Order: sequence, then structure tokens, then C-alpha cells
Amino acid sequence: MLLTLLLAPLTGAALLAAWRGAGERTAGRFAAWWSLLPILLVALLGSRGTDGTMADWTLPWIPDAGINLSFAVDGTSWLFLLLTSLVTAFALAISVKLGIGGRAYAALILVMETMLLGVFTARHFIPFFLCWEMTLIPAYLLIRLWGGPNAPRAARRFFIVTLGGGVCMLLGFLALQIGVGTMDFGKLATMASEDGLAPTLATAFAGTGLTGATLLTIIAVAVLLGLAVKIPIVPFHAWLPDAYAEAPTPVTMLLTGLLSKMGVYGLLRVFLPIFPDTFTVLAPWLAALAVATVLLGALAALAQKDLKRLLAYSSVNHLGYCVLAAAAVAASSGDRESASSAISGAFLQAFNHGIIASALFFGVGLLEARSGGLRGLDDFGGLRARVPVLCGLMGLAIFASLGLPGLSGFIGEFLIFNGTFGLLPWAAAVSVLGLLFTAVFLLRLIRKVFHGPLGKSVSGWSDLSASERWLFVPVIVMIVVPGLWPQALLHFLNADTLRLLDLLNP
Amino acid sequence: MTPAWTIASAFAGALLVLLLPARMAAQSRVVALVASIIGALAAGAGCIAKLASPEAPAWSFDREWIPSLGARFHLAADGLSLTLLLLTGIVAIAGVLFSWNVDKRQRAFFALFLTIIGGVYGVFLSRDAFLLFVCYEVVILPKYLLIAIWGSTNREYGAMKLTMYSIGASSLILIGLAAAYAAAGGTSFDLAHLAAADYSASFQAWAFPVLFLGFAVLAGVWPFHTWAPTGHVAAPTAASMLLAGVVMKLGAFGALCVAMPLFPEGFAQWRGVIAGLAVIGILYGAFTALSQKDLKFVIGYSSVSHMGFILLGMATATHWGLRGAALQMISHGIIAGLLFGIAGRVVYTRTHTRDLDELKKFDLWRSLPGGAVGFTLATAASMGLPGFSGFVAEISVAIGLWESFPLLLIPLVLGIVITGAFSLRALQKAFFPVRSAAAAKPPKLPPLSWPEITAIVLLLAVSLAIGIYPKPWVTLIDDGLASPLFQSLLP
Repeated sequence: MLLTLLLAPLTGAALLAAWRGAGERTAGRFAAWWSLLPILLVALLGSRGTDGTMADWTLPWIPDAGINLSFAVDGTSWLFLLLTSLVTAFALAISVKLGIGGRAYAALILVMETMLLGVFTARHFIPFFLCWEMTLIPAYLLIRLWGGPNAPRAARRFFIVTLGGGVCMLLGFLALQIGVGTMDFGKLATMASEDGLAPTLATAFAGTGLTGATLLTIIAVAVLLGLAVKIPIVPFHAWLPDAYAEAPTPVTMLLTGLLSKMGVYGLLRVFLPIFPDTFTVLAPWLAALAVATVLLGALAALAQKDLKRLLAYSSVNHLGYCVLAAAAVAASSGDRESASSAISGAFLQAFNHGIIASALFFGVGLLEARSGGLRGLDDFGGLRARVPVLCGLMGLAIFASLGLPGLSGFIGEFLIFNGTFGLLPWAAAVSVLGLLFTAVFLLRLIRKVFHGPLGKSVSGWSDLSASERWLFVPVIVMIVVPGLWPQALLHFLNADTLRLLDLLNP
Repeated sequence: MTPAWTIASAFAGALLVLLLPARMAAQSRVVALVASIIGALAAGAGCIAKLASPEAPAWSFDREWIPSLGARFHLAADGLSLTLLLLTGIVAIAGVLFSWNVDKRQRAFFALFLTIIGGVYGVFLSRDAFLLFVCYEVVILPKYLLIAIWGSTNREYGAMKLTMYSIGASSLILIGLAAAYAAAGGTSFDLAHLAAADYSASFQAWAFPVLFLGFAVLAGVWPFHTWAPTGHVAAPTAASMLLAGVVMKLGAFGALCVAMPLFPEGFAQWRGVIAGLAVIGILYGAFTALSQKDLKFVIGYSSVSHMGFILLGMATATHWGLRGAALQMISHGIIAGLLFGIAGRVVYTRTHTRDLDELKKFDLWRSLPGGAVGFTLATAASMGLPGFSGFVAEISVAIGLWESFPLLLIPLVLGIVITGAFSLRALQKAFFPVRSAAAAKPPKLPPLSWPEITAIVLLLAVSLAIGIYPKPWVTLIDDGLASPLFQSLLP
């Protein structure tokens, strides 16, 4: 079942590659319909109940070193699988709608989907890293070949910086392979919770003369670097605004909705359980960086004139909360209630941000399509009178993004702050400012774009067509339902969150 | 089919090609293809048999040869030799396919091509130092002729430089082997016998560097690498593929399976130096590739960089490191073959330029999409992205490095990132669409031919197969590393 799921998008890509005669639109439509298949498979997996492992699959790789390509799904992974399949399908559908792409484009997105599904289910570092790095090629090509005028530079920077981060992470794990003899996430986490990895490392690297704790810190920092580039955490975010702005809009959706989630997922599911003690030491620093990410992201968004850049920085800001939650849990893991709240909040925030950001970028894509490529904050005005449905739907997504209670964005942020105030009050208090700034720049967006005098470029616009409205339906459902009924998502997380906490406080 | 079929098919093919009547000269490529396929099948059959029954005794062939010297005609195939044979066979098939329409003196071309292949098979199978050296020398002359007659850019210079380096290196090997032969009693050239002999530490301290350097020059060790880029660029496509893909591996193979087991103490003394040179080579090759204008020079310097990983893996003197070195030999063989095949044959014959700025005008992404996609994937493989063979090799070397020289990991990271940078640069410049050109209609180029497509798919498939499922390859290599030769090296 899991193998079928992992291979489903790849098969679609192979079919597209072989289908020489397909026109651009036909290929796009085919890919969009095909991407419903992974959603169906994920839904089937979800019906298996949320206790323990829902499905797994293993292929021996270098068996004598215990390296296997092992994949498994539990509740948390499942949530990310759902997000991946939904956002990919959505991006493919709106690519058709916006007239972007063709055979190669759709095939690359499907390849990327397989790799993302792999990252979110990998149970060993090697398959994790394999899928992690293999998302780079499609992402690079999608930005480079279908992006805006400055795409070559943005794509190259994105590639080199994330590659560098990836290599650091790789070397960190290779050190664990040497030092403690495994790169299996489960085994490492168990070892870490029992006697810690430091003593074993100290004996293995006795020649270096460093203590186990120092070695572990070096390794942990290397791994963290790889994750930090991807999320991104300030100051490793410099590649992001250009890449997000230059990529075609559906690809931006994938970058922010899914690729950045790899970093968050890695931080919470891989880093936290394997390096709990080191994380505790690093936590105040990481919390400070998280606060900086939250604040600088929001302030930078405040200064943007380009809607895509504005949303890009807003993503930086929103994912900062996830990092904050992780740092808070690590900083003082005594208070179980707060920790559990912060962890579930971070996962929910990651999920909801993926959906909301997709909706927002879809809105920007529609504006671009109607205005012939304009997307400046000052290029529009008075849209509310001209295209009320579009404004209403985008407005809903914007309010979800700034965390209005009753919509999905609220619940994640609430849980994170609820938890963080119990664990790291100072960081939580400063980050609240981020919420404020977010509200300011998002409301300013509403004021400038939706209200005010009718912009010149806007006069001949028609409102959403029936098919565009239908495309909005699934995202709106995914924004409203979890907002009103968070338990629907939370019950997939509960068992895993408790397991994670048990590992942290045995 | 025993592994001896590899050598036999290559030399028999070469002979047959020479005997073809002039009117059938065009058929020489078919003969070469059949001979290469037989060789690859023989190697593949050997690999499968080894995997199916790992405990079965290794195939060997041992006959009296030159009794007065104690040299015997001794061939044997362990897992490591078998994988290298298979690599050679695959690169040979691809080489013939990429040379499908050589139009000048076809018979001579394919006869020389098959002679090189035969010599390479011979080196990988030899268990007698004298025989190994003879096979090693068999490769040099045809290499010179291939470049000097069918080559391009600066071919006389490239061919002569390469040959001079090869001969100089060979004389070092000869000195090293002769010294070992004499010190071990002067009765036998058998490698196991030579390795078992007890050499004094002071003897090893000078004999090891002489012998090792002799082999390492052919493996492109910095600062004796300069023959490689000029030679690769001057050579015709099939010869570049053989040179970078297989012949450089001869040097690495000799260093790994002859120099190191013969003089383990000398190796222990010198391995720090080797590691240092390897890291310099990795960085130097990568930085130099970053500023090249000619696509083939980019690949040539990237080979120098990638070969550094092999030497580095050896210098770690750990099981992981040696395994990584062997994996990198195979991986780089495949990938270098692919890159040179596309740059030299697929692109150059259509555009008649390899200048990165000139290539822009052809808008290859749209005028030659098959070649562009192939090169993109090959570039990804060359960068060592996971899923391709290079990744398995590089992480094995890196694990070995953690065990022995952890500080060298810092320059290694830099090397990997620079490799990403120069690969992307070449890819973007040569293949990707340019804004201004995108408006114009791309020039019409002939589409990929079937031999080209087959060769590209074959090499990519092998690289992916190793990257996704390395288990059988690792098993075979480990079988080779378990041989008594390496016992003094691996505690």
C-alpha cells in the first residue's frame, strides 16, 4: 500500500514522459487528474486507524551496515502525506487553469510529489536524505525553466544553498553511523532516550580528544544547519524571497506549502527525538533565532511592494512559530501539558500554513492572470466592487492566515502560544509582536488591494468563473473544517505526540 | 561463460575487425558491438554467479608462462574484479554506440578500441605482477593512436603529453615491481607471493611511493593530473569515455590492489600525504572546472575532482573508505562515460562547438531536448545527488573519513558544494534556454539517433540502479576486499 502510494505519482510522471503526442493542456489535465490518485490512497491509509504504524515498506540497501530504505506511516506522517497530496493536486489543477507548463512541467511536479511523500515517511536517514535531495532537481528545474526574468540566479542560489545545508546534515548523520553504528531514526531515538548518544560517541572518537557532549553538539549543529536552510530560520533565509518570487505561482505554492514543511517535519520528528539533550542546550539560542524569524519575517513582509514577496516573508514568519514551539519544548521539557500543546500546535501550524498559503498564492495567481502579470501591492485597488467573490475567498484565506478564531490558522498558533507561554514565557511574549505585525501587513493588503478607488488595471475584470470557484472549494473546506473541528486533525497527532514526549522524558 | 571470455572476446573482435575486407569496413562497428556485448555478458554472468553462490571458489586460470622469470599466466576473478569488468563492458558498449558513425578508417578505429578494452580486462584479471604490467602497457599505444588520428582540439599535444605521462608512470611502476620482485627472493611475480613477503620498513618507505605514484598518475592524482584534461579533450568521444571511464580506473585499481597490499607499512607512512593530495585534487579540480569555457574541459577537470574521492577513500585505510573508493571507480566510470558521450558526440557533432557561450545560441533545451534531459540527469548524478551511484560512493568515503581524518570533511563539504556550482554553471550555460533566444525559433538539429538513446539510457540506468539498490555491488566489492591481499591493510 505504501509502496503503491510512493510510486503512484512517479508512474504518472513516467506516463507523461512516454506520452510524446500530448499537448500542453492535455498533459496538464492528465497530471491534475492523476494527482487525485495519491489523495485517494492517502485517504484509504487514513481509514486504517491512527494507532501505531499504518503501513510500512523496507528494501535492504547496504545491509551489513544496517542501512535500509525503510518507510512507514504513522498519524503524524499521515497528516503530512495528506498535505502533500492535496497541495500537489491543487497546484497541478491551477497550473492548468493559469495556463502554465506542459508535459515536462507536470512530470517534474509529480516526481517531486513522490520525493516529498518519501521524506514524510522515511524511517531511516538514507531514504530520508535520498528523497530530501531529490526534491531539489525538480524544484530547481521548475524555478529555472518556468520562472520569471531573474529565475536563473534565484534557482542557482536556491540550489547551492540548500545543497550545502544538505551536505552538512549528511555528514552529521554519517558521524552517527560511525560513532553509534546506525542511522535508523527509531533506533537513534531509543538510544538517545536511554543513555544518550554522547558516551558511545566519546569512545568511538576517542582519538579526537573531544568529550561526547561536544561531539554530539557538533553533529547536532551540522544536522540543524540542513534543516534551518530549508525551513528557513533567520539568518539562513536569504535564498527564499527571490526563489519564491521568481518561481511560477503554482511552484511557489509547492515551495512554501510543502518544501518548507520538510524542514519543520525534520526538526520535530527527526532532530528533536535524536538530539534531545543537545537541543536543550541549544534551545535558548534557537528560540532567539525563532523569535528573530517571526519578527523579521513580519517586518520584512511589511516593507514589500510585491504580493508574492510579501507572502513569501509572511511564510517565513508563520514557520518561525513552529521553530519556536520546538525550541520551547526542548528548553524545558518538564511541563508535559504545555509541551504536548506546543508540539501538536507546531504540526497543525505546518499543515494549516500549507493549505492557507496555497489559497493565498492561488489568489495572487488569479490576480496575475487577470492583470497580465501585475502583482504589485499598488497595482490594484477597489477590487471588492469589481470581483467580490474573489475578494471574499481571498479575504477568508487572509483572515485564516492572521489567525482568526474559527478558521484553521488560529488553532495551530493558539496551541503553540499556549504551550510556549508555559515553557519559555519571554520568547512567547516577544513573538506576540509578530502576530501584531502580521495583522498589520495583511490588513494593509486588504485595504490596498480590495478597497479604495478602483485601480486603472482593474476596470475590465470579470469575477471568478465557475471552474475557478470549484477550485477554491477544497481549500476553503480545508480552512474552515479544521478551524471549527480541530479534533479531526488532532486525533491523528495525539498518539505520536505522546510517544514523542515519552522519548523526551522517559 | 567464464570471465576469460572478456579478454578473449575483445582481442578476437580486434583481430576480426582487422581481417574484414575493405568493402565491409562499415560493418566493423557491428563486430565491435558484438564483442563488447559478449564481454559485458561474460562479466555480468560472473557477477551473478558470484552473488548466487558467494562461497564458491573464485574462477582462476593459472599456466606456466615465462619460467625463467617466475612469471605465470595467472588470471583470477574475485567480486571486485568482476564489478570492474562489468563496468568496462558497459562503458565499451556505450563507447561503440556513441561511435556508431565514425567515418574515418573505421576498421583501425574499432581494432584499437577493442585492444584497449582487452588490455583493461587483462589488468583487472591479472594475479601476476608481470602479466598485469604487460596488459597495462598494451593500453598505452592504442590510446596514443586513437587520440593522434581521430582526435580534435590540439590532438598531437594532448596525445603526446598523455603518452609521456603514461610512459613515465610506467617506468616508476616497473621500478617498484622489480624492487619488490628482487626483495621477495626473485622467484615469482605472483601478487599473493609478493604481498606475503617481508619487506623492511626502510625499503617500503621508498618503494611504496614509487609504485603508488606510478599508478596514481594514471588515476589523475594532483599535481600529476595535467595530462587528463588535455587528453580527454583531444580524444575522440569513444576514447574520452574509455580514458576517463576506464583507463583512469586502471591506475586506481593498481594503487589499490598492487601498491597498497605489497607495501602496507610504506602505505601507513605515506597515507597522510595521499589524503592531502587527494583533497587538493578534489578542490583544485572543482575550482578549475568552475572557470572553464569548453564543455569538455569542465568534464575533464570534474574527473580530476572525482578521482580525488577514490584516492581519498584509499587513504582512509578503513573498510568503508576502500569500499567507497571501489564504488567511486564504478560510479565515476559510468558517469564520466555518459558526460563525455553527450558532450563529445551528441552535442559536438551537431553544433561543432563546445564553447559554453557559443552553445547558448543553439538553445539546446528546445532544439535537442533528449540530449538536454540526458545531460541534466548526468549532471545530477555527477554532483553525487542521492539516488545516483555517486552518492553511495561519496557517503562511503565520507564515513571512512570520519573514522580516520575527520578534519578533512571540512574541505570535502566545500568540494561537494563547488561541484554543485560548476555542474550547474555548465548545465545552465550549455543547455538551458536563454531569455533573448527564447523568442527566436531554435535552430533545427537532427534528433537523437537510436544508438545514442540506447547508450544514454544504458549508462543512466546503471547509475540509478547502483544508487537505488547498491546491495549487490557492495556485496561483490566486499568479496574482493575480503581477499588476503587486504588483510594487512584492514585491521
